[in-house]
Amino acid sequence: MNENTATAKPSFITRLANPSRFIGLADRLIPWLTGIGLILTAIGLVGGWLAPEDYQQGATVRIMYLHVPFAWLAMMIYGVMTLAALGTLVWRHPIADISLKAAAPIGAVFTLLSLFTGSVWGKPMWGTWWVWDARLTSMFVLFLIYLGLIALTRATPEPGQAARAAAIVTLVGALNLPIIKFSVDWWNTLHQPASVFRAGGPTIDWSMLWPLLVAAIGFTILFSALHLTAMRTEIWRRRVHTMRRLAAQRADRTMGGTA
Amino acid sequence: MSHFAYIAVAYGGSALALAGLALWLVSDMRARRRELDHLHDAGHRRRSDRQETLREAK
Repeated sequence: MNENTATAKPSFITRLANPSRFIGLADRLIPWLTGIGLILTAIGLVGGWLAPEDYQQGATVRIMYLHVPFAWLAMMIYGVMTLAALGTLVWRHPIADISLKAAAPIGAVFTLLSLFTGSVWGKPMWGTWWVWDARLTSMFVLFLIYLGLIALTRATPEPGQAARAAAIVTLVGALNLPIIKFSVDWWNTLHQPASVFRAGGPTIDWSMLWPLLVAAIGFTILFSALHLTAMRTEIWRRRVHTMRRLAAQRADRTMGGTA
Repeated sequence: MSHFAYIAVAYGGSALALAGLALWLVSDMRARRRELDHLHDAGHRRRSDRQETLREAK
């Protein structure tokens, strides 16, 4: 943009509406985010292994250092998609639908992993792999919503054609987020109530809390690296699609001219 | 099953799933990059690439 013609400096978010500028930023950020994310995750998990065992759960408390970050990400990624849905519906930001579509499979994997790690933690501690209590069921519903959104964002021949529909479904599905968070307070669940993000502060001892927080931050940074990678790929996919269509139209015109 | 086995399954399964996710994203990225390069080599350009094309033609 020419500095002389610009009357107001566009915000950072507005400037990212240019996909080429977004790709330039992603190119620079992805290696750093991957490196920092891997290091922090490693520090958190090793710290978790060196932390004392739980006085009731013994060594199985080690599963917490995976389970809690995965569950946090399962919900945070849906939060990112909810913001992206607003970006599509309210501001028609061109990158918003790309963000939503790219985040869905990553969110689904983290949700599945939170259910999986919870299950192999539940078996030795609760004596069962699964119960249909409010927390587990609402988390399972989140997984199904992710699957639905993956299908919807990939169902149309033209990439991005389902942007509005996917945004609306995402917003409706966001109703599930507070249900997941407060399910342990509203209903009688086998799952324990919150012990980190709760009024009155965490109830976990610092020796276990710091590795948990570092691992959660590390996994979150790793998610941002994966998300940016998937978004950049999606921009490229749409460019390929447009260029092929234009090439086909040109070929069509040439054929028409010679016939 | 000992407690250690449950922990190992949790860590092993998580590592596998995340490695699979990263691999899938990277292979998708490489494939799209290749398609763009092929189109570019075949002479197809985006409108915003035209400046670049003009420079190359000179």
